[in-house]
Amino acid sequence: MFENLSHLTLQHYWWAIISLLGALLVFLLFVQGGQTLIYRLGKTDTERTLIVNILGRKWEFTFTTLVTFGGAFFAAFPLFYSTSFGGAYWVWMIILFAFILQAVSYEFRTKPGNFLGKKTFEVFLFVNGLVGTIFLGTAVGTFFTGSQFSVNDMNFSQWETATHGLEAVLNVQNLALGLALFFLSRTLATLFIIQNVRHTEVIIRARRQLLQDALPFLVFFLTFTAMLLLKQGFAVNPETGEVFMQPYKYFRNMAEMPVVGILFLLGVVLVLLGIFRTAFCFEKCSDKGIWGAGIGTVLTVFALFLTAGYNHTAYYPSTFDLQDSLTIQNSSSSHYTLTAMSYVSLLVPFILAYIFYAWRAITLKKIDQEELEEEGHVY
Amino acid sequence: MEEALVNWSRAQFALTAMYHWIFVPLTLGLSFIIAFMETIYVRTGDAEWKRITKFWMTLFGINFAIGVATGIILEFEFGTNWSNYSWFVGDIFGAPLAIEGILAFFMESTFIAVMFFGWNKVSKKFHLLSTWLVAVGANLSALWILVANAWMQNPVGTRFNPDTARNEMTNFWDVLFSPVAINKFLHTVQSGFVLASVFVIGISAWYLMKKREERLAKRSMLVAGIFGLVMSVLLIVSGDMSARLMAKYQPVKFAAMENLYEGQTNAPLVAVGLLRSSPDQEEHKKEDFILKIEIPNFLSYMAFLDANAYVPGIKDLIHGNPERGIISTAEKIEKGKIAVAALKSYKDARKAGDTAAADSSLALVNAHYSYFGYGFLQDEHEAIPPIQLTFYSFRIMVGLGFLFVLLFATTLYLLRKKKMHGQKWFGLTAICMIPLAYLATQMGWIVAEVGRQPWVIQDLMPTRAAVSQINTSAVQLTFVLFAITFTILLIAEIRIMVKQIHKGPKEGGTK
Repeated sequence: MFENLSHLTLQHYWWAIISLLGALLVFLLFVQGGQTLIYRLGKTDTERTLIVNILGRKWEFTFTTLVTFGGAFFAAFPLFYSTSFGGAYWVWMIILFAFILQAVSYEFRTKPGNFLGKKTFEVFLFVNGLVGTIFLGTAVGTFFTGSQFSVNDMNFSQWETATHGLEAVLNVQNLALGLALFFLSRTLATLFIIQNVRHTEVIIRARRQLLQDALPFLVFFLTFTAMLLLKQGFAVNPETGEVFMQPYKYFRNMAEMPVVGILFLLGVVLVLLGIFRTAFCFEKCSDKGIWGAGIGTVLTVFALFLTAGYNHTAYYPSTFDLQDSLTIQNSSSSHYTLTAMSYVSLLVPFILAYIFYAWRAITLKKIDQEELEEEGHVY
Repeated sequence: MEEALVNWSRAQFALTAMYHWIFVPLTLGLSFIIAFMETIYVRTGDAEWKRITKFWMTLFGINFAIGVATGIILEFEFGTNWSNYSWFVGDIFGAPLAIEGILAFFMESTFIAVMFFGWNKVSKKFHLLSTWLVAVGANLSALWILVANAWMQNPVGTRFNPDTARNEMTNFWDVLFSPVAINKFLHTVQSGFVLASVFVIGISAWYLMKKREERLAKRSMLVAGIFGLVMSVLLIVSGDMSARLMAKYQPVKFAAMENLYEGQTNAPLVAVGLLRSSPDQEEHKKEDFILKIEIPNFLSYMAFLDANAYVPGIKDLIHGNPERGIISTAEKIEKGKIAVAALKSYKDARKAGDTAAADSSLALVNAHYSYFGYGFLQDEHEAIPPIQLTFYSFRIMVGLGFLFVLLFATTLYLLRKKKMHGQKWFGLTAICMIPLAYLATQMGWIVAEVGRQPWVIQDLMPTRAAVSQINTSAVQLTFVLFAITFTILLIAEIRIMVKQIHKGPKEGGTK
């Protein structure tokens, strides 16, 4: 089946999978966002433990999606993996450090014998939420703004700045995306907690918090989007493979791929609706805003990734030498490997189905203090 | 390539891998032991088995998180510190990593949530299924990363593409089912099963010595004793196969592991030996035996299932042995340099549009490609791995492996004869075995990874050529940060684990 597809089609297929994984990862970063709100939403130790347990039952999904996102990039677009990870060393190392801290914090936080104290692990969770989201957003921002690297004839890459990726933080558009991601993750976390907690005070505080994060998110997101749609983009000549700057490239991509443009708009609308439904109580207060905002986040980020890689666009541009920029064609795995991997990808719907089933089975009931007392395993 | 950069990058990767491997084997084995215990609970309905399951599950959870934390670093370090490698073999190596994420990690992370939090939310059978799927998922993830590692030791199912300057997969099944991959998977997970069994027996023995939780301790010992005994015997079988595969595909590693300098027929196995560096300066890296106890003919038999077989020594493999059809490393280096230079000429000719020159260069690349990696070596002695470390690690691992068989057999014997009570010597021995089990698994990886130096991919890419071009100081800094972070977290983990063991399982909680 897949072996009959052209290499280009497989490259597009795998870019779509990477985009989907990236989109799911951004949604699941609500765990990180929630970690920065533990003290905002929980005023007593019990309330904080409740919030930590609501988030803690999902941290592994975010972690796993991040690992799979990295693994899929390695398998499908190894030149990106070698260029970005080996080059933007400091950005990725900072992200990784933030994630080591997270993994243990849930499990160790309240265990007897924890000589670092509960508070230390809460600080670790906060650092992971803050640094992880901002730096991930900044790193993804370079897909649209470019980085200083070169690739030689043997496809060995070299970063051309001494700061090895940290320079990305100084770019306004990258930073806007990083901050947008940070506030989006907090917004989603608030919506998720409202849906999953049974604790009146926490819900009241969460509703109050929602707009405090949603508004800065909108400011940074609109800044990023406006800059994206108005700027020159990194276009590829399909005949020669030459990379050149094209005015309004990303706006053109959305216009020339209307499905992507519609997905993007639909996603933004759903995010806004999700926030709106929960932030403002009309006849009765809704706690289902996470559905709209969550699906909307996935659609928006999915469309953004497609905009970065499809329609003859260099998804990882080199501002050092445009011709060293990475495209889905020049950075991908071979036809054989993409074919083999594509067969594995057929299992994804099955995996999503069991995740949905298991997730639903353990979150059908809202979490409250009583449940934590009954539960054998508490974070 | 700067030597310091290569060494620090290796040190960082070794640090991460060794810390990762402190936690992972327990996860691999304990997940199955828990699944067995819960199966007994579901089948018998005996609430005590549920309590036992939950106790070990708590220890599993403490250990699991830190294994995940170190695991993510390991995956991304392939890119951050070994970027040339990531491109050169990413077409093959990346696939198992991605499949690991898609097939194994999601299974593990989905069902671990049910396993921990689903006791009162899902049916007994669904909970049991989730526990089994956690065990399967954890071990599936080991499969894929070990397939990738095995491919580095024995690169099969691949061809070199000069246009992209990388190795490309030609047969997925050859990669997945290569004998080295299958054996590496079995040997590694079995070592995890044995470690977890030793861990459970050691802690149970402590409870018995303290006269606490006797029912839990004995039942746990029974499950771990049976599981451990079966797996430790299979571990010896897969270890034996591993040696044979090494002799076939990595003869220098095999010779270094045995400190076999001169090749010989009817080669004896040095069961116990002490080494010192040879004063013979001309023979670089030569080690002399201060003392040795040998088993006659056994090395030949172990390597080729033939007591009379010839086993090549380091000298034969480095200087060549025409009588045995072994070419010298110097000759391989020469061929490798031809392949490397021809690849560059091919690229230049392609750029210049000179088809004839490109074709002739390509023919040279193809003719000498099997020695490609030798083209990056500075001299022939670089092809010899560190001998002492490999030699001693192997013996410690094997010696301990046999000791574990004895431990499991003794455990089952004492349980069967109902003589477990008051056996202080046994309790102390079982507790002491826990750190030794960790030592044995670490030694195993040292044999595998130090022993294969200088290669990151056998014969095709030396470690020095694989490294990312970053400042040495950057790697030094991250090394120190990782070392501090991992060490603090390890101390925290051990303290929490010890405290939890002291605290014991929850009373009640059996509804």
